[in-house]
Amino acid sequence: MSLASAPHRELGLTDAEYDGICERLGRDPNALELAVFSLMWSEHCAYKHSKKLLRLLPTEGPHILMGPGENAGVVDVGDGLAAAFKVESHNHPSAVEPFQGAATGVGGILRDIFAVGARPIAVLDSLRFGELTSARTRYLFDWAVKGIGHYGNSIGVPTVGGEVYFEPAYEQNCLVNAMCVGLAPRERLIRSAAAGVGNQLVLLGARTGRDGIGGASVLASAELSEEDESKRPTVQIGDPFEESKLVECCLELLDRDLLASLQDLGAAGLSSSSSEMASKGEVGLDIDVSRVPLREADMEPFEIMISESQERMLCVVEPARLDEVLGLCEHWDVRATVIGEVTDTRHLRVLDGDEPVGDIPVEALVDDVPLYDLEPEEPSGPLYPDPPARLDPGASAADSLLALLASPNIASKRFVFEQYDSIVGSRTVRRPESADAAVLLLAPDGGTGALAVSIDGNGRRVACDPYTGAAEAVLECARNLACVGAEPLGLTNCLNFGNPEKPHIAWQLTRAVEGLRDACLALGVPVVGGNVSLYNEGAEGPIYPTPVVGMVGKLPEPSALPRTGFAEDGHAIALVGMFEPALDGSELEKLRGRLAGSLPPLDLAAHADALVRVRAAVRGGELPTAHDVSDGGLACALAECCIAGGLGAKVSIDAADAGLFGEGPGGVIVAGPRGAIDALEGALVIGEVGGETLEIEGALSVPVSELRMAYEGAIPAAFAR
Amino acid sequence: MKFGVVRFPGSCDEVDALMACRRFADADLLWHGDRDLSGVDAVVVPGGFSYGDYLRVGAIARFSPLMESVIEFARDGGPVLGICNGFQVLCEAGLLPGALLPNDSLRFVCRQVDVIVENPGTPFTRTCEEGDSLSIPVKHTTGRYYAPPGILPEDQVVLRYARGHNPNGSMDDVAGVCNEHGNVMGLMPHPEHAVDPLTGSADGGRLFESLAMVPA
Repeated sequence: MSLASAPHRELGLTDAEYDGICERLGRDPNALELAVFSLMWSEHCAYKHSKKLLRLLPTEGPHILMGPGENAGVVDVGDGLAAAFKVESHNHPSAVEPFQGAATGVGGILRDIFAVGARPIAVLDSLRFGELTSARTRYLFDWAVKGIGHYGNSIGVPTVGGEVYFEPAYEQNCLVNAMCVGLAPRERLIRSAAAGVGNQLVLLGARTGRDGIGGASVLASAELSEEDESKRPTVQIGDPFEESKLVECCLELLDRDLLASLQDLGAAGLSSSSSEMASKGEVGLDIDVSRVPLREADMEPFEIMISESQERMLCVVEPARLDEVLGLCEHWDVRATVIGEVTDTRHLRVLDGDEPVGDIPVEALVDDVPLYDLEPEEPSGPLYPDPPARLDPGASAADSLLALLASPNIASKRFVFEQYDSIVGSRTVRRPESADAAVLLLAPDGGTGALAVSIDGNGRRVACDPYTGAAEAVLECARNLACVGAEPLGLTNCLNFGNPEKPHIAWQLTRAVEGLRDACLALGVPVVGGNVSLYNEGAEGPIYPTPVVGMVGKLPEPSALPRTGFAEDGHAIALVGMFEPALDGSELEKLRGRLAGSLPPLDLAAHADALVRVRAAVRGGELPTAHDVSDGGLACALAECCIAGGLGAKVSIDAADAGLFGEGPGGVIVAGPRGAIDALEGALVIGEVGGETLEIEGALSVPVSELRMAYEGAIPAAFAR
Repeated sequence: MKFGVVRFPGSCDEVDALMACRRFADADLLWHGDRDLSGVDAVVVPGGFSYGDYLRVGAIARFSPLMESVIEFARDGGPVLGICNGFQVLCEAGLLPGALLPNDSLRFVCRQVDVIVENPGTPFTRTCEEGDSLSIPVKHTTGRYYAPPGILPEDQVVLRYARGHNPNGSMDDVAGVCNEHGNVMGLMPHPEHAVDPLTGSADGGRLFESLAMVPA
């Protein structure tokens, strides 16, 4: 491939952008410079269409140690410890090659976490696929899960939670979002700004190859199409073993205070990592590509600069500490090579030995990137077809409940989470599906306190109403934390949307960000960072707008946390929080073949107050059971409590469809000794645990064993076909 | 009494094993490139993906400098416990009979299972009674135990998966075996992840407790 003859359009740049590059350089770029620009100015690296919008999100808070702009957000969790976390997408690579796409999605988010000096302690995943009736979906789902497991299991970081939804709108364009949480002693935190003219630039980790060339521009910043198999070479290949050495090596380098700055190599490889370090540090960098260790000897300088080979980190080292750095890298069997140095030029200069091959002002690559205003326009009609009807509207309440439990969106994800190591690290107090949020000890060998983490987002509800749906995702995540008594410290999000140049997508994006903002403000939870994935469209249209929200919270005492399951015969069951169920946007409506055009409006302040009450109730320590009412409504939530606890229940609730299966944020089921339940402020007692049947007065009576078969059998059955 | 826990590049559970050992005795990590066992009284070869395990599992680790010393230590009667990848390494090293094959499902499986103590007469199970049921998690892709007929006498079966709990298709539900002299044991379940009820179960602690009773 010769880049010299390739026009800028093939690299994804518009004519106006090309002119802008010439203007900033005062000349035409050479082929290497053009390649670097095309990546740095891609949507994926530059957030051209979302940056202005993201400024709406609240980013200030009392616990924040590092906010948006660093490799990951960091919050203070007390006792001298800091938690770093971030969610990122790897959607298009996973749609083209699910195993490596998903695996390197995990590898990439792990690097973001240890790049700030934190040890990764947990991974969560948010996945979206087409319906499981499709062979392509089963292939993508199966191999994406295997890829996530391959990387996380091999590197020894537990995958503790996540979510999966199956909707026709993701058939062409699946979503693979991975979130990582890390912990660091506060003094080990490090930023990525390059500093100290004359300091050495050291490349750590894997050799550089031709994998992932153009991943950020060709793959991540354009719509998917028929020829995507030909894009497989743009997908990177992961090596978790290399990264496990890199984690240990980097953390020990930081423990010994040997680094001036540290940055991971992700999208756009050396180009973006070096220019971002230089931009933040307001310095220049000289890079000699002839020193970069290669997998293939004949790589062109431009290929070396833009390769997205995995498991690499870039650090800045004072010359006096170089020998110690190289020695420690040798101990960990991590390749370390001086490839350049910090200069005062504010230029990124690329050399091939003695020969200059590129020279670009850092500002033009990072700060002075063209930003676009969205042109949002509310669509006049529905954007998405109604889903195919799978449930007769005349079905009995019992049949509807069983159909909902067997719907893959609600059914047990045991098939998925059993393929992940959820316990390595000895911190995991609540494993997947045992409680609403994963709970991780701050100190596995003693001490108190724990983190709770959750990741949530229901794209179908956002498709019905982008503002309300996005706000609901924030509430849902906070509610999951409240169910284990945790108070949110910060939020990360991944905005997965279609092509923002289309007015209706721009409208979805704008309204969703406004919903996120208002919900964050109402709850007092700041956004510490995140990621935007646009152009998620296939030939059949855009994905559902899918903002995914991840939250980290802290709880004081992990020894008496509620679980999802009912615990004991005779326990009283109550509904707490604020719950106003409606059928619009519900799973039941989906099964009946309808997609609503709106959702009921939210009173965010009232929901915030209700969440405080839920958290206080759980922190009382006398509730063995707490489970939020989510997809499938109250009847499904009760069924899940029965299945998880192996116990039946007899309850009395509104037996109309909306009462049984209506959805909406804010409801939490709790159960416990009668005295403990009666003591809860605002709790509505709805029944009692006992027997082997879930009985809802005037509506249904189904043995728990039957509920379990529907709930646990659905996803394995899809693979048994 | 002091445990040594081997750390290979690519080990995952070595710190978990170290913390589990320290609940019952002194313990330190042993580096794969060293030959010196630092005078430890028992060796734990932990779980993970030693050297990436891109070849057959455990096949490379078996040749590390430290493992040569561990093999010698075991041949001299020193107690050696291999967990998961450690079990695979000990089989590759010829210290234990049989081999670990890919799970029946061909998938990684992470699950809490019950295992039954079949032989309480080893240094690893001396605090247990025959028939005791221990709740311990498994997590592996290559854990299906197999030994050709005549290779594994019944008294070398230390642990069996409880009925219905075999997660991988292991022959005769075998979950853990020992060598002829009883001083080397391997098991697929992870006792180091079952030392605290808060994180699931404390039953795995019985193995470390048993080992800690080895006279110093």
